[in-house]
Amino acid sequence: MSDDSKKITRKQFLAQSVKALGMATVAGIGWGSFVYELKAAPFILRPPGALKEKDFLSQCIKCGLCVEACPYDTLRLAVPGENKPLGTPYFTPRQTPCYLCEDIPCVASCPTGSLDKKSVSKEVDGALQWDVNRTRIGVAVVDTENCIAYWGIQCDACYRACPLLDKAITLEMDHNERTGKHAFLKPFVHKDVCTGCGLCEHACVTEKASIYVLPRSIALGRVGTNYIKGWDKRDEERIKNAGDNVRTQTERSKKKPVDYLNDELPVDE
Amino acid sequence: MSKLKHDTHLTLARRATQTGIILLFISGSRLGWDILQGNLSFSRFLDFIPMTDPFAFLQMLFAGAVISTDMILGTVIVLVLYGLFFGRAFCAWVCPMNILSEWAARLRVWLDKNKPGSRITVSRNIRFWLLGLALLLSIVFHTAAFELISPVSILHRGLIFGFGLGWTLILAVFLFDLVIVKNGFCGHICPLGAFYTLIGKYALLKISHNHKACTQCMDCKVVCPELPVLKNIGKESGAITGACTRCGRCIEACNDKALKFDIINPFKN
Amino acid sequence: MALTRRDFIKAAAAAGAASVAGVTLKPSTLKAAEATEKDWRWDKAVCRFCGTGCGIMMATKNDKIVAVKGDPKAPVNRGLNCIKGYFNAKIMYGNDRLTEPLLRMNDKGEFDKKGKFRPVSWKKAFEVMATQFKKAYNELGPTGIAVFGSGQYTVQEGYAMAKLVKGGFRSNNLDPNARHCMASAVAGFIQTFGIDEPAGCYDDIELTDTIVTWGANMAEMHPILWSRVTDRKLSNTDKVKVFNLSTYTNRCSDLADTEIIFKPQTDLAIWNFIAREIVYNHPDAIDWDFVKKHTIFATGAVDIGYGMRGSTQKGKFKPSEMDTVIKEQHKKVSAAEAVTLAHLGYKEGDTLEMKHTKTAGAHWQITFDDFKKALAPYTLDFVANLAKGNDEESIDSFKEKLQSLADAYVEKGRKVVSFWTMGMNQHTRGTWVNEQSYMVHLLLGKQSKPGNGAFSLTGQPSACGTAREVGTFAHRLPADMVVKNPKHRKVTEKIWKLPPQTINPKVGSHYTKLMRDIEDGTIKWAWVQVCNPWQNTANANHWIKAAREMDNFIVVSDGYPSISAKVADLILPSAMIFEKWGAYGNAERRTQHWRQQVTPVGKAMPDLWQAMEFSKYFTIDEVWKSWKIDSKLTLPDVRQDALKMGYKKTDTLFDVLFANKEARAYVWPDPIGEGFDNTEATGDKRKVEGFEGYGFFPQKYLWEEYRKFGLGHAHDLADFDTYHKVRGLKWPVVDGKETQWRFNSKYDPYARKASAGEDFAFYGGALKALPQGDLKGVTQKEKKSLKNKAKIFFRPYMDAPEMPDKNYPFWLATGRVIEHWHTGTMTMRVPELYRAVPHAECFMNPEDAEAHGFKNGEEVWVESRRGRVKARINTRGRNRMPKGSLFIPFFDERVLVNKVTLDATCPISKETDFKKSAVKVYKIA
Repeated sequence: MSDDSKKITRKQFLAQSVKALGMATVAGIGWGSFVYELKAAPFILRPPGALKEKDFLSQCIKCGLCVEACPYDTLRLAVPGENKPLGTPYFTPRQTPCYLCEDIPCVASCPTGSLDKKSVSKEVDGALQWDVNRTRIGVAVVDTENCIAYWGIQCDACYRACPLLDKAITLEMDHNERTGKHAFLKPFVHKDVCTGCGLCEHACVTEKASIYVLPRSIALGRVGTNYIKGWDKRDEERIKNAGDNVRTQTERSKKKPVDYLNDELPVDE
Repeated sequence: MSKLKHDTHLTLARRATQTGIILLFISGSRLGWDILQGNLSFSRFLDFIPMTDPFAFLQMLFAGAVISTDMILGTVIVLVLYGLFFGRAFCAWVCPMNILSEWAARLRVWLDKNKPGSRITVSRNIRFWLLGLALLLSIVFHTAAFELISPVSILHRGLIFGFGLGWTLILAVFLFDLVIVKNGFCGHICPLGAFYTLIGKYALLKISHNHKACTQCMDCKVVCPELPVLKNIGKESGAITGACTRCGRCIEACNDKALKFDIINPFKN
Repeated sequence: MALTRRDFIKAAAAAGAASVAGVTLKPSTLKAAEATEKDWRWDKAVCRFCGTGCGIMMATKNDKIVAVKGDPKAPVNRGLNCIKGYFNAKIMYGNDRLTEPLLRMNDKGEFDKKGKFRPVSWKKAFEVMATQFKKAYNELGPTGIAVFGSGQYTVQEGYAMAKLVKGGFRSNNLDPNARHCMASAVAGFIQTFGIDEPAGCYDDIELTDTIVTWGANMAEMHPILWSRVTDRKLSNTDKVKVFNLSTYTNRCSDLADTEIIFKPQTDLAIWNFIAREIVYNHPDAIDWDFVKKHTIFATGAVDIGYGMRGSTQKGKFKPSEMDTVIKEQHKKVSAAEAVTLAHLGYKEGDTLEMKHTKTAGAHWQITFDDFKKALAPYTLDFVANLAKGNDEESIDSFKEKLQSLADAYVEKGRKVVSFWTMGMNQHTRGTWVNEQSYMVHLLLGKQSKPGNGAFSLTGQPSACGTAREVGTFAHRLPADMVVKNPKHRKVTEKIWKLPPQTINPKVGSHYTKLMRDIEDGTIKWAWVQVCNPWQNTANANHWIKAAREMDNFIVVSDGYPSISAKVADLILPSAMIFEKWGAYGNAERRTQHWRQQVTPVGKAMPDLWQAMEFSKYFTIDEVWKSWKIDSKLTLPDVRQDALKMGYKKTDTLFDVLFANKEARAYVWPDPIGEGFDNTEATGDKRKVEGFEGYGFFPQKYLWEEYRKFGLGHAHDLADFDTYHKVRGLKWPVVDGKETQWRFNSKYDPYARKASAGEDFAFYGGALKALPQGDLKGVTQKEKKSLKNKAKIFFRPYMDAPEMPDKNYPFWLATGRVIEHWHTGTMTMRVPELYRAVPHAECFMNPEDAEAHGFKNGEEVWVESRRGRVKARINTRGRNRMPKGSLFIPFFDERVLVNKVTLDATCPISKETDFKKSAVKVYKIA
C-alpha cells in the first residue's frame, strides 16, 4: 500500500460506506419481506420427524439428502414458484404420500437434526429404535359433506389405505334411516394417532380428495391448561408446563376495584 | 504481445471440476451413487465425510439453530480446506454460477459492453454489507436468510432436484451480469463469495506476481473478474491477495510468465 | 338460472329423501333438478360388478353415459353403491378401449401366428376366424374347439352361445369362468338338494340373529350386503352375533364378535366339529321331525384325487411340479388323516391310491348311526389343534371360540345364516365343504326358513343368471338340465328346433381342462368371451406358452386389451355392458334387465352380434354330419332329419338358431324399446361396415325362448317386458309373484305342490335315487328314491394336495380387493380406483417379513413349484396374515400371481383351489 494516490480519503470512504449502507438497507427491506412472506406460508407438509416449522426453518440446511434418501420419491425440495420456503423438503400427499418406511431413511440421512430422530424413535432397553408410527407430519381431516362414505356409499378407501388401519382411522357404524336396512360405515380420524402420512388422501376416490392432511398447527385447536380431563390420567401431562401467574382481564374487570366503586351509580335521575 | 488469444488449460480444468462435481451430485441423487450426495449446502463425500457450507452454518448459528456434530465436522473440514489451502477457489472451481458469470462476461465483450460509456460501476463492497445483512436477517427471522434466496443454491439445487420457476432468477442474474454490471453478481453481490474472501485471506494457495518478468501488457487486467486484486501488476512482485478466486485466467493471459500459482506463507514477510 | 352441480346433487338428494319419507318438495327445488336434467335420460340398469346385484340408474346425454346413481327403488341396495359401483359411469371410457378387430398378420396381410396385431375389417376377422375354426373342427371334431364363457355374459349372450356351441357345433366345450367361482356351490346344491341355487334371499340378513362368514370377506367383496349385515348387528348388538371364519384377519373382523383364524383346509374339520357337538353333546338340538321327514344321510369316496391331470405324462410339467402332481395318483396318509380316515382303516404313512377320480361325485345313503360314528374323531381337542391358524393365539382361546361358534349354531331358537364365497368354493374339497354347511343347517332344521339357512354368495354379476341358470357349463343345459341325460337333451332339442340327437351327450372340458387340452393339442381353436382366462387360470405359465407356441388359433372378444388378448391371434372389440341390451341374475335368484343406453364405441359390437354373425359361416350340412367323438361315441348324422323338419342343406346356423321364423316374430321397434337403440336390431347410427340391423328383436326372442325351459320346472321366469317395469324378480316367478324362500311350503308354490301338506319339500330332481351302503362303500346297489328329500352328507377332513414344507414354507392365497374387479380390465382403467390401489401387494405377517429381512413396501420374489412373481410386501394393510400365510390379489397383470398358483381343483366341481399353494419368498438379488 505504498501508492498514495490510490489511497481513499476518509471522506470518500465515509461517503462510499453511506452509499453502500443505503443500498444494503434497500436490499435488506426487500430481502427481509421476501423471507418473511415465505416463512409466513405455514401450509406445508414436512418429512417425518420435522421440528416445529419455526425451528425447522432455522435448522434445515436444504441439502436435499432426505429427498435423495426417500425410496418412493415422495419428498421434493421447494422451488421458486411454489410459494414455499425455497429449498426446504416437503411433499404433496395427493401426488405421492409418505409410505412411512420402518427405517425412516429420510430422517436417518438428515445431518442437521431438523428431522429429529428422537421424535420418531422409542426407547427399547435403553437404546433408541425407530418407531415410524410416532411421526406427526400433519393430521387427516374428513370433509363429511363430500366424503361418499357419509352418503352411505361403501367406500372406505382411506380406511384401508391407512398404515395404522383401525387405529388412526376407524369406521363409525351408523344406521341408515333412509334405506332402513343398510349401515353407514364412516371414516373417523383419530387425531392423536394419525401420522399425517397422506396415504388416505392419496387413495380417496372423490375428484378432489375429501380426506386430506393439514399441518397439525392448522387443523388442531388447543385447550387451555385450566381444565384437565378427569377421566384421563394422561391428560395431566398438559399442565406440566403450565405457568402459575394466572391473571385474567375482561372488559368488566379492567378497572381497579376502587376506581370502579367510586364511579357514579347506575340510577335513573 | 498484447493479444487476447490465450492458453485455456486452466479454464478447461475448472470447467471439468465444476461439471464433474455437479455430475457427481446428480448421479448421487438420480442413480444413488455415494461419491457425492446432497448439494453444496451440505454434502456427504463417499457416504461418510460431511461437508458443510460454512456460510450457511454461520447463518444458522445466527438463526439460533441447534447445531449437530455432523454440521460442525462438515464446517471444520470445509474451513480447513479453503481457509488453509484453497482460499476463495470455491467460486472459480466449484460454484456453478461461475460458469454463467463467465459466459455473461464473454458475451459482454462481444456486445462491446465494456466501453467506458456503457459501464456502470458499483462498489465491490456491497457483498460485505450483504453478508452482514444476511446474518442480521438470520437473527431477525430465525432462519438462514441468504439460503432462502441464494441464486447459487437455486442454480445448484435446480440442477440436481429441478428448477421450478427458479430459472427466471438465474436468468435475471445472468442478464444483470450481461447488461448492467460486469461481473455483477460474483464480483459485487454474492455474500458467499464475500465470505470465502474473508476466510481465504490466509490460504496458502495464491497467485504470485513476478514484477521482473512483467512487460506491463495488462492483458491480465482485461480478463480478471476481480480487477482490484491486480493492483500490484507492473508495480511490485508478490502475492495476489484479497478477493482473488484463483481462477487463473491472468496466468493464462500472461505471455511473460509473470504470473503463476504459488504456495505462499502468509505469515512470512 | 344457473344451478351448480352441488346444488343439483342437493336437490336430487332431497328429492330422493322426500320420495322415501313421503314429503312434498317445494316446486322450486324440483324445477331446478328438472331444468338440469332436461337433456339427460335416466334409465334403470344393473351394476356391472359383483353378484350382489345392486340396481343403478344411468344418466345419458348425447349418447354418452354421464352419471349413475344408486336406484333408490332397488330392494337390494336402496340407492346405495360400493366404491366400484360408484364408478359404473366411467368403466366404458378408458383410453385404450378396443375399437376395431385386430389380427396377427404378416406383411402380406395374411394371418400369421408369429405376426403383429394389425387392424382388419369385421368381415376379414370373421373369415379368418371361420377358416381357422373349420381347420380345427374338421381335424379334431367338435371337441377340438372351445369357448371360454363367463358369469358376466348377459343372459341372452350366454343362451345364444349355448345354442351355438351345443346345438350348432355339437360341442360341449363351453365353460364359463364361473367355474373358478362357484362350481363347488353348484355341485353342493345339486348333490344336496337336486336343484341349483340358494334357498334363501337377502332378506335373511334382516331376519337372522347370527351371521357366520366362512371364507367370505363380505366387507370387501359384497360391500352392500355387508352394510346390511352391519345394520342388522347395530339393530341389536347384544342379540345379534357375527362370526368371521377366515385364514387371515380381514375387514369382516371389524364387526365380528368372534374372529376364528383357521389353517387352510381345516374348515372341513370345523364343520364336522360343529356336527359332532350337535350329534354327541346336544342331540336335543337336532330337529328330528325335520330330519326324518325331509332328509337322508349320505357319504361318498375319499380317494378321488385333487382334480389335477390324471397322467403325469401328459402335461409339460417342470420337474419341480412333479411331487405335487403325483398326488393325483397316490399320496401318503398324514397323521391328521390317520385320525379322520380311521373309519376307512387308514393309518399314518399308508399309501392312499386315488381309485375314484373318475367317479368322485358318486355317493350312497348311510344310516344316522354310521353318520354319527364317522363324526366321532372331531372332538374339540383334535379339531382345535388341527385348525388353529394363528401361532400367536393360545389353544384355549381358540377352543373357546370354536365352542362359542358351535353353541351359536346349536342354540334353540337362535336363527343362523352361514355365508360363504371363494374360501369354501375354491377348495380341493369344495363340494364337500359346501355339503357340510347344509349338513349342519339341515340337522338343526335351520334351513329354508326366513332368517335361517346356509347361503352361498356368488362373485359374478350373472354367475347365477347366466352361467348356472342358462347352463353355459360343459355339462349343463338350461334350467338345471344336463347333456348326459337323454330326456334333457330331447327337451332342449325340441325347444331349439334341432333334429333329435343333435346334442352331444358327452360332457365337455371344464375351464381349466380347456387350458390343459390346448396344451395337449386336443383343442386347436378357442374363443374367449367376457373373461380373461390367461390371467385368471392357475398355473398360467403353461397356458401362456401353449397359446403362443403351439399350432392353434385363439380369438378374444373384449372391451380392453387384457393378457388374454395379448396371447390371442385375433381380437374382437366388444360392446360393454351399457352398450347393449341385457339381463343379469344375482345371488338371491333376482333377475334384472336393462336397455342399451348408448351406442358402442368405435367399431365395437355386442358379443351377441358376434355370435350371430359367426354363425352365418356354417351351414347345417357342415356341422350336423356324423362326428366320431371317441372310441365309444359317434354322433349320428342328423341332416336327413333336419331336411324333414323343413331345413335346407344350405341353411346356416344363423338361419336355424337365431333368425328363424319365431325370432323374426319379435319385431323391432317394440314399445319396450321406445327411445332406445338396439345395435343388433337396427345397426345403430354407425352402420358398422354396412350392417343395417337384423330387423327383429333378438334379445327379446332369446329371452322368451329361454324361459320356456324353466316354466313349470321350478325355474319360472317372467316375460321380457315385465322385467323392464320392475326392479328385478326372484325366481321361481309364479303367477307374477317372486319366491323368497324355496323348499318352504309357506313361500314356495312348488314346495306347496310337492309337499302334500308338509312344511317343506326339497323337490329338486337331480340325483334323487341312491344305492345303500355304509361308511366304506355301497352295500346294496339297488337305488332307492329320495323324492322331496335333501341329503345330509358326511365328509371327512383331508389335507390339501400341496402344503407348506421346508422348501416352500408359506401358504399362498389369491383373491380380490374391493377396489378392483377380477383381473382389473375395467377398474384398472378408472383413475380413482387405480390411484387408490395401483398394485397388487403381497400381504405378509410382519414377523415373517422381519425374519426374511424384508421391509414393508419392498419388492420380493414369490415362487412356487410352477412359477414366480415379484410383489411388494405389505405388513400392515387391510389383510393381516398369520405367520406362514401370504395373500396376493390377482387383479394386477404385472403381478401375475396365477403363474404361481396350483391348478388343483375339487374333483367333483372342477373348481380350482386358488387359496392354497405352497410358496417361498426371497429377496430380489
